[in-house]
Amino acid sequence: MKFGVVVFPGSNCDRDMQDALQNDLNKEVIMLWHKDKDLSMFSTEDCIVLPGGFSYGDYLRCGAIARFSPMMQSVIDFAKMGGKVLGVCNGFQILCESHLLPGVLLQNANQQFICKNVYISNNATGALKIPIAHGEGRYFANDAVLDELEKNNQVIFRYSDAAGLIDTQFNPNGAVRNIAGIRNKEGNVFGMMPHPERATSALLNNLDGKKVFEFLGLN
Amino acid sequence: MDITVKTAEELRLTAEEFELIQQKLGRTPNFTELCAFSGMWSEHCSYKNSIKWLKTLPRSGGRMLVAAGEENAGLMDMGNGWGVVFKIESHNHPSAIEPFQGAATGVGGIQRDIFTMGARPIASLNSLRFGNITDKKTQRLLSGVVKGIGHYGNCFGVPTVGGEVYFEECYHTNPLVNAMSVGIMQANKMVSATAKGTGNPVIYVGSATGKDGIGGASFASANITEESAEELPAVQVGDPFQEKKLLEACLEVIETGAVVGMQDMGAAGIICSTAEMSAKGEVGMRIDLDKVPMRQKNMKAWELLLSESQERMLMVVEKGREQEVIDVFEKWDLSCSTIGEVTDDGLLKFYMHGELEAEIPAYELVLGGGAPQYTREYKEPAYFEKINAFDINNVTDINAADIKATAEQLIQIPNIASKRWVYTQYDSMVGAANASTNAPSDAAIVLAKGTDKALAVTVDCNSKYVFANPYVGGMIAVAEAARNIVCSGGEPLGVTNCLNFGNPYNPEVYYQFVKAVTGMGDACKKFNTPVTGGNVSFYNQNPEGPVYPTPTIGMVGVIDEFENRMTLDYKQAGDVIILLGKQQNDIASSEYLHKLKGVEYSPVPHFDLDKEFALQQFVANIIKEKLINSAHDLSEGGLLIALLEKGFNRDLGFEINATTDGIRNDAYWFGEAQSRVVVSCSKQQAEVLQQKAKAAGIAFTQLGTVTTDAITINNESWGSITVWKEKYDTAIEKLLK
Repeated sequence: MKFGVVVFPGSNCDRDMQDALQNDLNKEVIMLWHKDKDLSMFSTEDCIVLPGGFSYGDYLRCGAIARFSPMMQSVIDFAKMGGKVLGVCNGFQILCESHLLPGVLLQNANQQFICKNVYISNNATGALKIPIAHGEGRYFANDAVLDELEKNNQVIFRYSDAAGLIDTQFNPNGAVRNIAGIRNKEGNVFGMMPHPERATSALLNNLDGKKVFEFLGLN
Repeated sequence: MDITVKTAEELRLTAEEFELIQQKLGRTPNFTELCAFSGMWSEHCSYKNSIKWLKTLPRSGGRMLVAAGEENAGLMDMGNGWGVVFKIESHNHPSAIEPFQGAATGVGGIQRDIFTMGARPIASLNSLRFGNITDKKTQRLLSGVVKGIGHYGNCFGVPTVGGEVYFEECYHTNPLVNAMSVGIMQANKMVSATAKGTGNPVIYVGSATGKDGIGGASFASANITEESAEELPAVQVGDPFQEKKLLEACLEVIETGAVVGMQDMGAAGIICSTAEMSAKGEVGMRIDLDKVPMRQKNMKAWELLLSESQERMLMVVEKGREQEVIDVFEKWDLSCSTIGEVTDDGLLKFYMHGELEAEIPAYELVLGGGAPQYTREYKEPAYFEKINAFDINNVTDINAADIKATAEQLIQIPNIASKRWVYTQYDSMVGAANASTNAPSDAAIVLAKGTDKALAVTVDCNSKYVFANPYVGGMIAVAEAARNIVCSGGEPLGVTNCLNFGNPYNPEVYYQFVKAVTGMGDACKKFNTPVTGGNVSFYNQNPEGPVYPTPTIGMVGVIDEFENRMTLDYKQAGDVIILLGKQQNDIASSEYLHKLKGVEYSPVPHFDLDKEFALQQFVANIIKEKLINSAHDLSEGGLLIALLEKGFNRDLGFEINATTDGIRNDAYWFGEAQSRVVVSCSKQQAEVLQQKAKAAGIAFTQLGTVTTDAITINNESWGSITVWKEKYDTAIEKLLK
């Protein structure tokens, strides 16, 4: 499985993602320029990553302009063919703007940018310590969409405490139902606000990010 | 228009300076030329009132690769061909008027100084000072500044890894915002801020020029008064997205090899970058101002010269290779235009619509050239009498029974409490290189990716100490920075400083400046940490008086082998807690004395430079010999605060049995005498450590042991560490509600 990491103007976690995938997970990585379109070197077994950052300065709305970039047209086609796509932070926002994932990401409930370690959980992984760093990470969708997500087991991570207890008091940004990340119904497109690529190195004293990639089948 | 002394004075030049300009030009300057001098001879650009004393600092030696002041930032040797580039700069005056944009553009400006040399910034730090936190105005400034720093830094994508925040009344009108950036590069690829090669094109890159920030440099060179608020247009507006693209494009364009020289446009914009690059290369430039991309119509020549619009660079490129450069900027959707060429006559000639608007020898404009250098008089400040009158015996000591209540108060004082409310608004982890997030240490440790080394970086200055004694306080600022780096396992390399003072024409303020610089210099010599550059910010003053003298020290250290890095927190219950360095009967200038006892005037805390150096050498050695599991230096709040801070990361408590040996209770637990470090280690290690300390002449006191949770002091239970941590973490948040 090889990875493509898209570089938008304003992406700033692209190199971190490349570094984590190449050096910590021993994956082949190809960097992709937003003005290009060619994804012919990838099969649907591979994964395209939309990294964190402030694509196009987050002007208009986070991810709203990136959605229209040439490379995103190819990524949307790639996803529709069943290719794997992971969006982290700004990448998650782009996936929602592109309608590859349902819902939106709103400004944090406390109206501030928040950067810190949080715990995220699901039944398979238990609690994982992963950093967040965002100003607009409050996931929101209407109840019908949320019920559908839950029914199809599409919520991949929720904010919790270190023991895996999911409760609003451990929710850093006010996300509805403590949602930190979701996948599409087909299970090939993943979006999450926390940054697993910041937690894959022993030098940084946190390897929980590797478990995120494992859980998503991206290892 | 007639150019007279009055015009000059309106542009904040003095009558003498106006005469000097006439002499140098051999004629009366026109308005545009006078504006050029006004910007370039402002305090901010010319260092006219500070350079005499800055030259006394150790500005070469150690591992320096370029001499201080030669380039946009300092460059030091990290080993294996890698260099570390770093600088600190103030944005005090803009932040006082418009905190969000003022702070944001401060962050943006310092990043450009780093990447204009070809280095990739990998860490940002900042040092912030405000008035009383309970004051509404302070809260507005604090929240604006913090949001501004986050807005710019988070988007630009460099982690904010460290800093300091102080609250003192003297900063009420004049907050201080000092921003530092650290980058790394292969040292032989450094791009100089020089213009060379007659006929080489001069290329302008980045955002278009508007009327924002006109006169910013001279604005920063005056006291803040009520009228200052009317000068709002002198504050610039930042766009971190443009700067992120500029960073990537500049690093890419340097790889082409077509760049002869490059300088960012900061203070005094186009005039400063053209003058400094030309003077350095001993050349001239012919510039067609019409070719500068403009944001507004009908901009005048002087406006174009002085505008401080952000995210712009000036570049001299090898003739014939322009297209390679243009291609890179087009790739990043950045505008880029050739605005002139290098000439061999040393003259800056600015044309507009074919007409010569200004003609000035570049040399006459710059520091080290024609810019004036003043010797200012100074005298000991009158308030020293009050400091000298301090007698510790007039302060009632606390009873042993009151130690706990005092600690509870101190841990919640804003200067001591956790700055979590501030730093969680900064992206501290982008770059995936901040090794201190999950393993805190006294200095922030950042991996230098691409090398097998790490950097330890810190900013420090306790300005209350400098106020009490500018000479010793200046030494302490350097010593504390070095101590933080040493306690993190790093080897101090060099210093960048941001000298924030009041009005230099006030002899008492100038006394503070002279003595603080002398003290810093003496300490830098002792620690072999040359001063690579920095920034002077005078006029941090308002009708009520100047701020505390605040020479902020930014220091960078290198960790050659990552396994030698050291962290500050207790590692496991049962470890022994040891104080290295001597306890003193001293409460001078402590937070305890100032904030709890209400005594503002007291001497500087006990400090001995030789003993400090010996302690740091000792700590460096025992870290390499793997004799300790943690190290944390004592600073504000003294011993007890350090003991508590060591417990917070892992929720570990401690049991201490101490005999104060004739030292006052308050001095023993809360005094801020310098040169003390608390370490923890196993019982076996402790025995070896004791022998070594004895041999090295370092005072060694076994204080107690680490516990799983409970804090016990001299058999009195203080409860769980988590309760103390909660108080520490939430104190500032509660005050801001």
